[in-house]
Amino acid sequence: MRPEMTAITPGTAPRSSPRGNAARARMLRSLLPALSLALVLIAIAWLNPRAISYFGFNLMLNLAIPIALATIAQMFVIAGNELDLSIGTFVGFVGCVTATWLRDAPLIGVLVLLGSIGVYALLGALIHLRNLPSIVVTLGMSFVWQGLAILVLPKPGGKAPDWLLSIMSFKPPYIPFPILAALLIAVVVHFGLMRTSYGVILRGSGGNAAALRRAGWSLLRAKIALFALTGLFGVLSGMALIGITTSADANIGNGYTLLSIAGVILGGGEFVGGRVSPIGAVLGALTLALAASPLLTFMHIPPDWQVAANGAILIIVLAARVLISRRER
Amino acid sequence: MASVRTLLEKPWIWSFVGALVVWLATIAFTGGYGAGGMVTAALSLAVFTVIVGVGQMFVITLGPGNVDLSLPANIGLASAVAMKVMGGSDSMIVVGLLAALACGAAIGAINYFLIWALRIPPIIATLSASFIIQSVDISFGRGLQIKPPPGFADFTNWQFLGIPVLAMLTVVFTIGAALALQRMIYGRSVLAIGQNIRAAWLAGVDVGRIRFLTYTLCGALGGIDGALLAGYFRGANVDIGNEYLLASIAVVVIGGTSVAGGKANVPGVWGAGLFLVLLLTMLNTFGVSAGVRLVLTGLIIVGVITAAGGEKAVR
Repeated sequence: MRPEMTAITPGTAPRSSPRGNAARARMLRSLLPALSLALVLIAIAWLNPRAISYFGFNLMLNLAIPIALATIAQMFVIAGNELDLSIGTFVGFVGCVTATWLRDAPLIGVLVLLGSIGVYALLGALIHLRNLPSIVVTLGMSFVWQGLAILVLPKPGGKAPDWLLSIMSFKPPYIPFPILAALLIAVVVHFGLMRTSYGVILRGSGGNAAALRRAGWSLLRAKIALFALTGLFGVLSGMALIGITTSADANIGNGYTLLSIAGVILGGGEFVGGRVSPIGAVLGALTLALAASPLLTFMHIPPDWQVAANGAILIIVLAARVLISRRER
Repeated sequence: MASVRTLLEKPWIWSFVGALVVWLATIAFTGGYGAGGMVTAALSLAVFTVIVGVGQMFVITLGPGNVDLSLPANIGLASAVAMKVMGGSDSMIVVGLLAALACGAAIGAINYFLIWALRIPPIIATLSASFIIQSVDISFGRGLQIKPPPGFADFTNWQFLGIPVLAMLTVVFTIGAALALQRMIYGRSVLAIGQNIRAAWLAGVDVGRIRFLTYTLCGALGGIDGALLAGYFRGANVDIGNEYLLASIAVVVIGGTSVAGGKANVPGVWGAGLFLVLLLTMLNTFGVSAGVRLVLTGLIIVGVITAAGGEKAVR
C-alpha cells in the first residue's frame, strides 16, 4: 500500500494516465457538488412535492445565506492551506454587534466590524511571520470572539437594524431570495478568486508557496488578504444571520465552524494545495442547509439522528469522490 | 549553572513555568489562602485533560492534518456506556471501565477506517464520525441510569497526602507513554512517520498499522477519560466532553509538541494541563466575568503559541 502524503509537497508528480480519461473524471468530480445538491432536492421533491415552490424554498433555505457566506469565509483560509476554527464564534460576535451597536450607534458599529476584519488581517500576518499553526491560533481566537460576544450582549436579545431586516426579507419575483443571493455570492467570489490574476496568486499561496515566493510575490500580503477576506465574509454572514433571526445571542453562530468546513469539503475543496471552488462551496452550503433539517423532517427521521444524518451525508459524498478520483489516476 | 541551562532548553519547561507563575499570582491575590487546596484541585482536574492530551499528542505527532476531532463525542458516548454497564453497582466497575475502553477503541478504529478507506483528511473523517457518534449518544443516553456506583465515584476522589490518587496513576501512565514514545518501536515509528511519512515507509515502517494503532489508542484514551469524568462529576451526559476538543489540542501545542508532527513531548502535556486549569482558577479568583475570562483565556493561548513560535520552515 502506498502511504498517502498528507504533507504539502510542492510540485506533485504528473499523473501517467491518458489525458481524456483524467479530464472526464475531473469534470465528473467538479460536478459532484451539484449532483449531491440535485440528489437532496429530488429526495425532497419525492417526499413532499409541495416543498418545491417559491414559498417552500424561501422557508427551507431560510438560513442558507449566512451558511453560504460563512462557508465562503472558510474557503478563503482553506485556499491558503490554513483552517479557521473561530469562524463560528466570530459570526456570533458579529451578530451581537449587529443587533446592538449597529442599530443604536451605527458609526461605532461599523468601526467595530471594520476593526474585526483588521484583526483577521493581523492574524494572517502573525500566522505567516511567526510560522504558527492556524488551528491553534484560531482556536484561541474562538475563545476571544465568544468572550467579546458575551460582553457585548450578556443576554440573548437586541434587534437588527431596520434596513438589514428589509434587505433580508426582500421578495423578488419568481426566484426565491435565498437562491438569488446564493447565485450572486457564488458568481462574485468565483470571478474574484478564479478569474482575476490576484486570485491566482491567492490560490497559489496554498498551492505552491515556494514557487510564488521565487517569482517575487509577497506571501505575507497574500496571507493577509486571505484572512481579511475571511473576516469580511464572516461579517457578512453574521449580519445576514441577524437580518433573518432579528435578534442575537452570543452562541448563535457556534455551529457554523464545523458547518463551514463541511461545506467547503462537500463543495470539492481540499485542505492542502489551494484547491477550492467558490461555486462548489456555495452548493455545498445549500446541500447542508437542505439536508440539515427539511429533508430529514420529510423523511421522518427523529431529531436525535439528524446530526448523524449530516455526518452520513458527508461520508457518502466523500466516498463517491474517492470512487471518481480512483478513475482519475 | 549548566544543568539550569539544559533545563531551560527543554521545550516543556515553559508550560510548567507558566503554571507556577499563574499559581503564584493567584496565591498573592488571596494572601496565601488556599494555596495547597488549589494544587490538589488543579491536579484532579488536569488529569482529564492530560489523558486525552496524550492521545491527541500521538495523533498530532503523525504529521500535518492529523488531529482527532471526535474526542468530545467519544468521551460523551463512553461516559454513558460506562455508567450503563456499571449500572450503579460496585461489582461492575472494572467491567464498565473495560466497556468504555472498548467503546473508545472502536471509535478510534472506525476513525482510521474512514481515513484509510475514503482517503480523506483525518480532520474531516473524525468530524463526520463525531456527528454520528453524537447522535448515537443522544439516542442511547436517553432515560439512562447515569449515576456512577458509589465506589467508583469515591475512587475518582481518593487522595493520599493531599495528592489525588487518580493524578498519581496518571503520572505513572504518562511515564509509560513517554517510554513508549522514546524507547519503543511503536513510538519511534510514530515520530518517523511524522517527520517524513514517505521516508518512514521506505525505511520499512508499517505506516498503515502504526496509524491505525495511534487512532485506536487515542480513541481508547478518550473512552477511559469519559468513564473517569462520569465518576468524578457524578454522572454521564452528552456534553461532558465538549471542552476537551479545544483543551486536548491546546495542551499538546502549549506543551511543546510540534503541530507539524514528528516531535512530541509528554511532560509538556502535564505542564500545559496544569497551566490551563490554574489559569481558570486564577481568573475565577480574580472574580472576572465570564466574557472577560473567555477573552483572556483566548489571548493567553494565542500569546503562548506566538511566544513559543513555530519551527523554521525546513525548505
